[in-house]
Amino acid sequence: MQSTSETILRVNDLTIHYPISIGIVRAVEGVSFTLADGEALGLVGESGCGKSTLGLSLLKLLRPPGRVTGGSILYRGTDILGLDARSLLAMRGRSISMIFQNPLTSLNPLFTVERHFLETIHYHDPSLSRGKALAATGKMLATLGIEEKRLREYPHQLSGGMRQRIMIGLALIMNPDILIADEPTTSLDVIVEAGFTELLANLRKVYKLSIILITHNLGLVAEIADRIAVMYGGKIMEIGSAQDIFARPMHPYTQGLIDCVPNIQLDQKELVTMPGSPPDLVSPPVGCRFAPRCPKVMPVCTERTPRLLEHAPEHSSACWLYERHG
Amino acid sequence: MRHLASYILTRLLLAIPMIFILLTIIFVVLRVMPGDPVSAMLGDRAPLRVINEKKHALGLDKPITAQYVDYLGQLARGDLGNSMIFQQTVSSAIGDKLPATIELTLFGLLASLGIGIPLGAAAARRRRSGRDFGIRLYANVVYCIPVFWMGLLLQLLFGVVLGWFPISGRTSPRVTSSAFSWSGFYTIDTLRIGNVAAFGDVMWHLVLPALTLGIVLSGIFVRLTRANMLDVLKTDYILAARARGIPERRVVFNHGLRNALIPIVTMLGLQFSLLLAGAILTESTFSWPGMGRLLLERIYLRDYPTIQGVIVVYTLLVSVMSLVVDLLYAAIDPRVKY
Amino acid sequence: MGVPAARFSPAGGLANALGWFTRTRRKYGMEWWIMIAGMIVILFVVTMTVFPGLFTRFDPNDQNAGGQMKPPSSEHLMGTDNLSRDVWARVVYGARTILGVAIAAALVSALIGIPLGLLSGFAGGTFDRILSLIMDSVYSFPGLILAIAFAAMLGPGVINITLAVAVVYIPTYFRLVRGQTLSIKEEVYVEAARAIGARRPTILSRYVFPNVIATVVVIFSLNIADAIMTEAALSYIGLGLPAGIPDWGMDLSMGKKFLPSGMWWMITFPGLMIMLLALGFTMLGEGLAEVLNPRLLEK
Repeated sequence: MQSTSETILRVNDLTIHYPISIGIVRAVEGVSFTLADGEALGLVGESGCGKSTLGLSLLKLLRPPGRVTGGSILYRGTDILGLDARSLLAMRGRSISMIFQNPLTSLNPLFTVERHFLETIHYHDPSLSRGKALAATGKMLATLGIEEKRLREYPHQLSGGMRQRIMIGLALIMNPDILIADEPTTSLDVIVEAGFTELLANLRKVYKLSIILITHNLGLVAEIADRIAVMYGGKIMEIGSAQDIFARPMHPYTQGLIDCVPNIQLDQKELVTMPGSPPDLVSPPVGCRFAPRCPKVMPVCTERTPRLLEHAPEHSSACWLYERHG
Repeated sequence: MRHLASYILTRLLLAIPMIFILLTIIFVVLRVMPGDPVSAMLGDRAPLRVINEKKHALGLDKPITAQYVDYLGQLARGDLGNSMIFQQTVSSAIGDKLPATIELTLFGLLASLGIGIPLGAAAARRRRSGRDFGIRLYANVVYCIPVFWMGLLLQLLFGVVLGWFPISGRTSPRVTSSAFSWSGFYTIDTLRIGNVAAFGDVMWHLVLPALTLGIVLSGIFVRLTRANMLDVLKTDYILAARARGIPERRVVFNHGLRNALIPIVTMLGLQFSLLLAGAILTESTFSWPGMGRLLLERIYLRDYPTIQGVIVVYTLLVSVMSLVVDLLYAAIDPRVKY
Repeated sequence: MGVPAARFSPAGGLANALGWFTRTRRKYGMEWWIMIAGMIVILFVVTMTVFPGLFTRFDPNDQNAGGQMKPPSSEHLMGTDNLSRDVWARVVYGARTILGVAIAAALVSALIGIPLGLLSGFAGGTFDRILSLIMDSVYSFPGLILAIAFAAMLGPGVINITLAVAVVYIPTYFRLVRGQTLSIKEEVYVEAARAIGARRPTILSRYVFPNVIATVVVIFSLNIADAIMTEAALSYIGLGLPAGIPDWGMDLSMGKKFLPSGMWWMITFPGLMIMLLALGFTMLGEGLAEVLNPRLLEK
């Protein structure tokens, strides 16, 4: 499904390392993908696969000692990694925004809701009067379905779902192009999660958002994402449209992930799991990083690393099952 | 509002047993302990009749329980008694020495916060650096410096050798305090009548004594600020604020430091106690006309009622400060329910 | 995990202890060296106390040591004071005063506070509540003022000053031990309810009590540091000892009078010694705290 809109984000060969006392953690290795305008890209994988690290790096929010050691992140043609401090600050929250997993701890307990919004607006548009800023905030709250009186309340006085919506509101108040959502529903219960999905779909239309959804929740990704990238051990294993990924998964890891989701319609006697554990990122295995756990492993898999290649239209995977090896 | 009033009331009620116990301990220590104050005052050679007369006049020949009741009754009326040595009430003896001590103690507190918090924040921002290590070393060593020695050293260096600051008194001899004295807090009093020169003189005299207290007691604030800042800087709301494009400096100060400082408020009560104690020694070193010096002077003269009165006032000061700190904490942390 | 139990032979016990020593040293780095540094300082001062003759040949009370108010020289390392006494000699002999009082006071505090804490914790009820309230009140009161009150009433003298200093720290031990006792009590009752049997007491004695002892030892060391400061403060303001006994605090108050004329050596050295000695015990205490009770890595 070729997107006819332009590419607004292009990540090229991104590599992120964390030096620690016993060595270097290769958290993200040579990752490349694109995001089209108005598109929702799901970034899925287990904990520790590097997706959150990748997400943070898109806004240069990596905590030291983590560093980007190679590659580029092009937003509308400009490399984010090369931006100076002022441009970076201007971009964050305004062109690209991010929301995080835990809404309670993501809000300053000493700030009222109003203060959170006014502060963000002030730093991006200092010329805007307080009245206009409040009006904009009011409008946003209405869109989010939050009563105006909540403005003067503190985070601990709000419910989990409300806080989540406030967080989204803060991220979207300056009308960014891209929203990065890092595990947005993990700390919410299923009902609130459903509300979140609906809200996000709504907002996406209203604000013409592009979304990068980082999660391990396949169900969420199935509902929201147009395209999905599957990450494992710091690398992308497969990337394609949501349809393709679910209906015709190429990579054995993707297949494994899908199998792991309990299906109420199947008569499952046991829960399916994948044996083994995520790779050691300080000294990753030679060759394909999934090889030690792969049910379809071949000798070449432990010798050489497969490349991410387009083996079907708009559908790529990094696997020796498809790549010619000789 | 109703909630706040009942919170204050509850706190007050809780404080009363403690104050009561302390007052009783003071009574026990000063009356029941060995040593006959009257003989000490009049000398062993004084005839028994004279001694007994004096005792009767002071009410010291009544049974202990009766004395205790008298004591409590007096205090309830706000009467601190009369000096045994001079013709004055204890209250008038204390007079303007109370504000002198409070002024010194408060400036000492400000100094310790002013030194401790920035150092702690600086250490937290560059964790595990040489700067961090040096500041932590400072914090640990400083507490072991005897406050009176610190005072003497500051006097030596800045007073005697460099001659930058005065080493005794609250004002210079040429400045007459009676000209402006109103509340006893000279900083306020001089500003109130607009006498800037006198204000400058008063502040000039406050520098060394306040610094003495401030340096020695800054250690705990350095450590607390550092620890709290480190915790806070790791939180999600700091990350979220950065993600919204808030400049780093504002993130650290408005989001970081504000949250980090809240636990410090809880420490203020304890620090105030330590400061009061340190102030006694500082007053002695800098000839500061406060309650500490009064206490020491009257101990030397064996003026028991005054000694007792001064200690009672200290007790009340500590209790009041403790209550104030609790209220302050409830006021600045919106999460505290009352 | 407390100190592992020594095996029954003394040689085995020693070997065990040494092994623990070396393992701990490698494991704890900085805290270990802090503890050792503290120990060295303390040892130095203790030697001064026990063998003053090794450090100085002058008598601290000798008023003919050699000239009035002389600045430090090769003859008099720290100069002489206004009564022509050698300052370094007074520092050396003063060590035993301050150290003696501080340690004795800490011991008295512990000997009163610990049993009271145990009693209060076990007994519970109104007795515990009243005693706790009293102890909390005293604890919240500025210690020095309490010590001054006691010293003033008791009068001068080594024993009196020891008592005055001791009173201040009783609540510290009380609270500490009472807290530990309460948690032990809880364990015992819960387990008794489950009727597990004699194994509990063994576990308690092997893990709980060593931790209690470890904490008490740490507090004891820090307490001595505090007591040193309090004793020095008391003698500085003149509530301490009779004139004949050399004492660092008192020397400071004497030196104060001559400060305006720039005689710096009379106050610098005694004060420095007070600080070093207090630091020594503080470092020992804090180093011990990290070593005996391994916590999560410090920030």
